Amino acid sequence: MTARIEVGFMPGVRDAHGCKVQKRIREELALELDEVATIDVYTLDMAVSADELQLLASGPYSDAVTQLYSVNTPLATGYDWIAEVGYKPGVTDNAGRTALEAALLCLGRSLADGEKVYTSRQYLFRGKLIRQDMDLIVTQILANDLIQRHVIGSRQEFAPGCGISLPAPRVKGGENAVVAHIDVEISDDELVQLSRERLLALSLDEMLTIKQYYGRADVLATRKKYCLGGTATDAEIEAFGQTWSEHCKHKIFNAVIDYTDETGKRETIHSLFSTCIKGSTQTIRDRLGSRDWCVSVFKDNAGVIVWDDFYNLVFKVETHNSPSALDPYGGALTGIVGVNRDTIGTGMAAKLIFNTDVFCFASPMYEKKLPPRILHPRRILEGVREGVEHGGNKSGIPTVNGSLVFDDRFLGKPLVYCGTGGIMPREILGNPSEVKLVHPGDVIVMAGGRIGKDGIHGATFSSEELHEGSPVTAVQIGDPITQKRMSDFILEARDRGMYRCITDNGAGGLSSSVGEMAQFSGGCDLDLKKAPLKYSGLQPWEILVSESQERMTFALAPEKLEAFLKLAAVMGVEAMELGTFTDSGLFLVRYGDTSVACLDMEFLHNGLPPLQLKAAWTPPQHEEPQFADPADLTTSLIGLLGRLNICSKEMVVRQYDHEVQGGSVVKPMTGILNDGPSDAAVLRPVLDSMRGVVVSHGICPRYSDIDTYHMTACAIDEALRNFLCVGGSFDRIAGLDNFCWCDPIATDKNPDGEYKLAQLVRANRALYDYSTTYMIPCISGKDSMKNDYVIGDLRIAIPPTLLFSIIGGIDDVRKAVTMDVKKPGDLVYVLGMTKNELGASEYFALHGAIGNGIPKVDAAKAMQLYRALNNAIGQGFVRSCHDCSDGGLGVALAESAFAGGLGMDVDLRNVPGEGISRSDFLLFSESQSRFVVTVARENRSVFEACMKNLSYGLIGAVTPDGAFKVTGLQGSSVIGTDISTLKQSWQKTLEWM
Amino acid sequence: MAVHTVKALVVTGNGTNCEMEMAHACRLGGADEVEIIHIYKLLSGEKKLGDYHFLNLPGGFLDGDDLGSAKANAARLRYARTPKGHSIYEEICDFIDAGKLILGICNGFQLLAKLGLIPSLAGDHGQESTLTFNDSGRFEDRWAYLKVNVQSPCVFTRGLEKLYLPVRHGEGKFVVRDDGVLDGLKKNNLIAVQYCDPDYAGPTMDYPLNPNGSIEAIAGICDKTGRIFGMMPHAEAYLHYTNHPRWTREQLPEEGMGVELFRNAVQYIRKEL
Repeated sequence: MTARIEVGFMPGVRDAHGCKVQKRIREELALELDEVATIDVYTLDMAVSADELQLLASGPYSDAVTQLYSVNTPLATGYDWIAEVGYKPGVTDNAGRTALEAALLCLGRSLADGEKVYTSRQYLFRGKLIRQDMDLIVTQILANDLIQRHVIGSRQEFAPGCGISLPAPRVKGGENAVVAHIDVEISDDELVQLSRERLLALSLDEMLTIKQYYGRADVLATRKKYCLGGTATDAEIEAFGQTWSEHCKHKIFNAVIDYTDETGKRETIHSLFSTCIKGSTQTIRDRLGSRDWCVSVFKDNAGVIVWDDFYNLVFKVETHNSPSALDPYGGALTGIVGVNRDTIGTGMAAKLIFNTDVFCFASPMYEKKLPPRILHPRRILEGVREGVEHGGNKSGIPTVNGSLVFDDRFLGKPLVYCGTGGIMPREILGNPSEVKLVHPGDVIVMAGGRIGKDGIHGATFSSEELHEGSPVTAVQIGDPITQKRMSDFILEARDRGMYRCITDNGAGGLSSSVGEMAQFSGGCDLDLKKAPLKYSGLQPWEILVSESQERMTFALAPEKLEAFLKLAAVMGVEAMELGTFTDSGLFLVRYGDTSVACLDMEFLHNGLPPLQLKAAWTPPQHEEPQFADPADLTTSLIGLLGRLNICSKEMVVRQYDHEVQGGSVVKPMTGILNDGPSDAAVLRPVLDSMRGVVVSHGICPRYSDIDTYHMTACAIDEALRNFLCVGGSFDRIAGLDNFCWCDPIATDKNPDGEYKLAQLVRANRALYDYSTTYMIPCISGKDSMKNDYVIGDLRIAIPPTLLFSIIGGIDDVRKAVTMDVKKPGDLVYVLGMTKNELGASEYFALHGAIGNGIPKVDAAKAMQLYRALNNAIGQGFVRSCHDCSDGGLGVALAESAFAGGLGMDVDLRNVPGEGISRSDFLLFSESQSRFVVTVARENRSVFEACMKNLSYGLIGAVTPDGAFKVTGLQGSSVIGTDISTLKQSWQKTLEWM
Repeated sequence: MAVHTVKALVVTGNGTNCEMEMAHACRLGGADEVEIIHIYKLLSGEKKLGDYHFLNLPGGFLDGDDLGSAKANAARLRYARTPKGHSIYEEICDFIDAGKLILGICNGFQLLAKLGLIPSLAGDHGQESTLTFNDSGRFEDRWAYLKVNVQSPCVFTRGLEKLYLPVRHGEGKFVVRDDGVLDGLKKNNLIAVQYCDPDYAGPTMDYPLNPNGSIEAIAGICDKTGRIFGMMPHAEAYLHYTNHPRWTREQLPEEGMGVELFRNAVQYIRKEL
């Protein structure tokens, strides 16, 4: 028997959520309604008396000042339509969990088996609607059928006393735990079929390697000891699927590649990861010698560098693309809380100090028909935004830096990059904080959330393109509060020396976390029967690979177990001992007395044969656009400022808390009205120190249409420019690379795979070349290689995209600089050379063209300029500094001016240029390594002394009124407008958000 | 009676997240001992509220604000007992009766209002006001100009006339149970801070200066004694001039505007408690 409490707003109290829904219905479906109201519903699946229900309804579930409630009777009256939306069975219901906890507290008792509270929400509509409208409203705006259920009722159907309601989404308990045995002595075709049916995403070669393993005599002999034979168990097959997934093993990045360049020259590359990424970091570390600031790179969940004498900095950026395509809110929320765990679970555990987020979407104004299973980009944008808002804000981590990038090829898969930085003492209880150890005999403990069916096959799912059979269970919803409790607990347990090793449960669940930690000791003996479950009915293999969120795995010396479990209990964190780490060389998994898996550790982790792939590079040729240099460029500049990739993202930024933890120095928005676009973030993680962390990034997927080598160079250069603009220092700087690619493996269905792989090769070569010249060691990264949508004959492939993030420091935050011009009369400089580089620029895109003249980075030359700029900023000669990127010099000048609320008068004839004769090209070329800088008149000579022998031009001055004037190369005015016109265009594109 | 060693307590746990900077603010304000204490230590009886003078309830998302902001924690504090059977709520009442200070910021203000500790015009800790969803329906992080009511008995805002602080909330719209409560707030000068224009003239109902649509532009209120104070804007987020959104373009004093509230609290405890 379930009870039902409904809570709504009193008459006269604004229902903000209802108003927001009404607005979305108007804007997105063009339906005008008189009113939309909401009711929160709590369905209690527990034994409670009528008095107790009253207590709960009037106590924790409603607000006596603004809300009304009803118990076991419908609250809604007088509406034309009503819809109730609730979760499907097994989907994480955070509010339900809190409601249950509150009920137990109020009633003063502990949880009885199977007791649950479920939440759902009713939407009440007043207005002229027909059932088809309601279907549209529910499916397009209110509910995601993948994770939610709904019911719709008309006025008649909820006549007084009737109401509508959803039944409690109980998970039906299931059969007994069974370990299935799978014969792998089967034909090639059958092996392929097995991989497909179980969503293993393993190739025939890989399946054959597994088949061979089970045929080995030594393997068979070991298996017999554990009552297993020559067949594989379902859990073992799943463990291979997880451990050997593209997601976990980075098979493409570790492949042997036969590469042919445009001249026909062939060469063999043994692992792009080893040669280009790890290789560049090693080269830099060797050069730095005793100054090397890298502490732990490419081996832990996140990268670690030295911060100061007392602390290390930790940084990781992840992607969560596939889940966000299916359920934008849950996918993005899980993305941010997931990368939080990566950083927490690095070394002996880090305290989280900032988040970053970069999203790539199709245009939210997309008007063409959507292919099957694709959500509208606007809905994805809003869902992802909200997911990251809840994940970041509720975790108390400031979101300090990010971007929104738009290209309609992101329709098939949106990209959701989430990053998290942390800080940890260099030593904890006398030991280096980055060192992880597990001793044989240490206890395996899992803490945090319980295990359910959610997130099964997440790792294998993200290793595939989005297709019709993409599994629903891969989608999950994160729970920031359970995780916050856990992270509070971890830091306390860490400082008390309670555990020896920690890692997070992400992709692959226990199979990965315990499997990875077992490599330190040389084996494990894991008992799945002890694992805490969300509901009964999970099979052992499901417990092993479930990716249910908010879980960490620990290794503890046995004598610490009791104190650890006690501390967890009082801090409201569930923790459970699940077995021991061993040195047996075996990945041994049991369910009570039943053997579930027995795998050779060496084979499981190193038995995967490398992929053999082919890559062939043919430079593309695009048509050069033909259009005249307009006499007046005002319209062009206004048009560019309003483009999606340039316009203000303030409405998104404001919904993220970017100041929590109290160390905010350079915020995402800056300037006289706090609304100009900052280049990078600066924050003080230690409040009694003036040393700041600087975080920036670069991303420019449009350039991949011409050449990914230069795309990569530009992304790295952009990240570095942004970093330098605010005053970041070259000392103790580090990079993170996140590659999101379209499938680079050639097949019949993916005929240009060799070209896409060549694009990857070229991107990696650039990463090596530029990171070593700039001396930015990459410390961590991630790749996501199957960002394609394939249903029927339609393939939508994303443009190859690299997000390059930089983390570093500034010794004294009081020397940081922002991008807004400060004072009338200040001098305006352009630093760096402007060339005829408009290929794949925003200006050409405005004219519907790509062109070929891609911006190229001369890193050695740029480095001289960067050191000079860094010096000038350090000496306090620079009043404002802004980087030139999308939209070139014109956009950078306009943004600097309107952010400062002042005008500008500049002359393009003084811009250092090379091979440019057109004013529009000069103004909108996207040549790299350039800045717009303003300097007080009195500092002219000292500033110019810093820039001696470098490319720079004094192009004009900041003016007191709001006029924005540009003189062109011919000496005549090419722009005459005012900053409010420019700013308005820049702000209006996304102001509806 | 003078207090020589001012002890401040900053409560954290279950989703609170501004504890570090609030503790820092207490130190800058002059508190001699500042402890960040996880709520489990109060619930387990390991720490006692009575050992401190200044209770800080920081911002955050208690229990995810899942049942409405701070609702679940209000229930926790109302009903929880230590293993020895002591009521946490009674401990809080004793703390108040002892004349000590409580400051709730953002989520802490929501908690105070929903526990009925402020304004408590009737003196019975019945809920007279609440913080509900912003009119915009959105969480927003933006800086707000605040006008201080110099007539207010609030000990935290003594000597202050204006403040500029960030708001970071989705549920900050202050509303009252009935007109009687509003009259009581006005009559007793319990409306300590209001959202106002950039020139600190009158209170404003204009968005985004009034970021949430609070009635009477109310940003913070106190009880009649002035010793319990709740406000939505984050005083602990402006402790140093580099926190100010325009510090690179304005001449500002080294110390942020938020420190003064904590200094007032510490001085009150030192001299008047």
